[in-house]
Amino acid sequence: MAKITYIDHDGTERVVEAQNGETVMEAAIKNSIPGIDADCGGACACATCHVYVDQAFMDKVGEQEEMEKSMLDFAENVQENSRLSCQITVSEDLDGLKVTTPESQH
Amino acid sequence: MGGYTGELTLVGEEPALPYQRPPLSKAYMKGEFAEERLYFKPAAWYEDNNVELILSTRATSIDRAERRVDLEHGGRLEYDALIIATGSRPRALPIDGAELEHVYALRGLADVERIRPQMVAGRSMVIIGAGYIGLEAAAVAQQMGLKTTVLEMAPRVLARVTSPIMSEFYEAEHRRQGVEIRTETSLSKLEGNDGAVTAAVLTDGTKLDADIVLVGIGILPNEALAKDSGIACNNGILVDRDARTSDPRIFAAGDCASRPLVHFGRSGRLESVHNAIEQGKLAAAAILGKPRPNEDCPWFWSDQYDLKLQIAGLGAGYDEIVVRGSPEDRKFAAFYLKNGTLIAVDAINSPPEFLASKKLIMSGAKLSADILADTSITMKEIATNAVAA
Repeated sequence: MAKITYIDHDGTERVVEAQNGETVMEAAIKNSIPGIDADCGGACACATCHVYVDQAFMDKVGEQEEMEKSMLDFAENVQENSRLSCQITVSEDLDGLKVTTPESQH
Repeated sequence: MGGYTGELTLVGEEPALPYQRPPLSKAYMKGEFAEERLYFKPAAWYEDNNVELILSTRATSIDRAERRVDLEHGGRLEYDALIIATGSRPRALPIDGAELEHVYALRGLADVERIRPQMVAGRSMVIIGAGYIGLEAAAVAQQMGLKTTVLEMAPRVLARVTSPIMSEFYEAEHRRQGVEIRTETSLSKLEGNDGAVTAAVLTDGTKLDADIVLVGIGILPNEALAKDSGIACNNGILVDRDARTSDPRIFAAGDCASRPLVHFGRSGRLESVHNAIEQGKLAAAAILGKPRPNEDCPWFWSDQYDLKLQIAGLGAGYDEIVVRGSPEDRKFAAFYLKNGTLIAVDAINSPPEFLASKKLIMSGAKLSADILADTSITMKEIATNAVAA
């Protein structure tokens, strides 16, 4: 279990209890977090679950794989803390994670 | 959420909460995750948002004059606006033996629940039809240790949906993985013992062992509900750019609808998640009187083995193919052009080619074959230069 805070582009914070093994995207969908579309359902095929990861957690969310890297390369408004939330798996280490969603996923 | 505060009811014939179908022939079929992970929303979401769910219930007819939908088991619902999202059904196999046990189609969760217990290593599985569903299922079956055979009537796999280059690549890949692929092959009948299938008999008399048969020969739109109430249909329920049918209070979205394909100057049905989600948004916006959301370039994907195929656009009518990268590297893209304009791409393990193409297709920019094939120029540069030109 990990507490994850999703901050939307207006600054509104929503905290959810995420289960180990699910992805940060899935925890968002299950808890009706706005701002994450995830059209492909987590297949790393669409780049519509883009989030900005809190700097303090950048080394805990794991490395980007090649596929994610090149998907993000074409997303809008990418920053160096950009990730696809379907590629981040929840574990105890992520307790307290904060991610911010972009204004639009398209 | 568009701010709608009235009553909203969702009727579905399946017992499960609304779920994602693409994994059914991919990771979910392999047993890699639990059913709950397929759900679009948890049960609580529907309650929290005042959406009444009526599951395991078919809508049987629409009375357009009374603005009423009749449900089986006798229920009826009145509407101010109605969205038909009835999807599609597998085309049935028109041969003897199709009714035997262990002969399956793959469309819903219930199908996977029936098929999966039969998918035991060492058993023989015969797949009828080498479309995406058939080939994805073949990859799963092969990885689970089944003896897998794919039968296809056309001279090549994926003949209906892609170019010979891609067909050849996938055929070689499946063979390398151990799948037997038989093209230009027709089935005569299925034979059984004690009511369960045991063999597939080809028109040339060849008999193939079959413990399991999976039929993947295409889908048909579920348009009867609309058609029977007098709504215009023609291989799908006809809708405009707002997903509106010939009745202004009735909308249709997803596999069952035939829609304007604005980037391609024609209409047609799209069998994809992108289309279903987008048309849902178009219908909702029109009902709420909001501006029409963007109509994206159509896109699809297919996972087979370690190959991720991402498709953008619609390739029908191309007059030129450009290959970027090399199939031997298992990382390449085939671009389809018409009069020098990009209309589609098949990108294997190549997200930049896919994502750049989505933008290029929507821009209608002219592109040269030499530049597209030149891997020393990045897709980002190609897209930026072409759109600016």
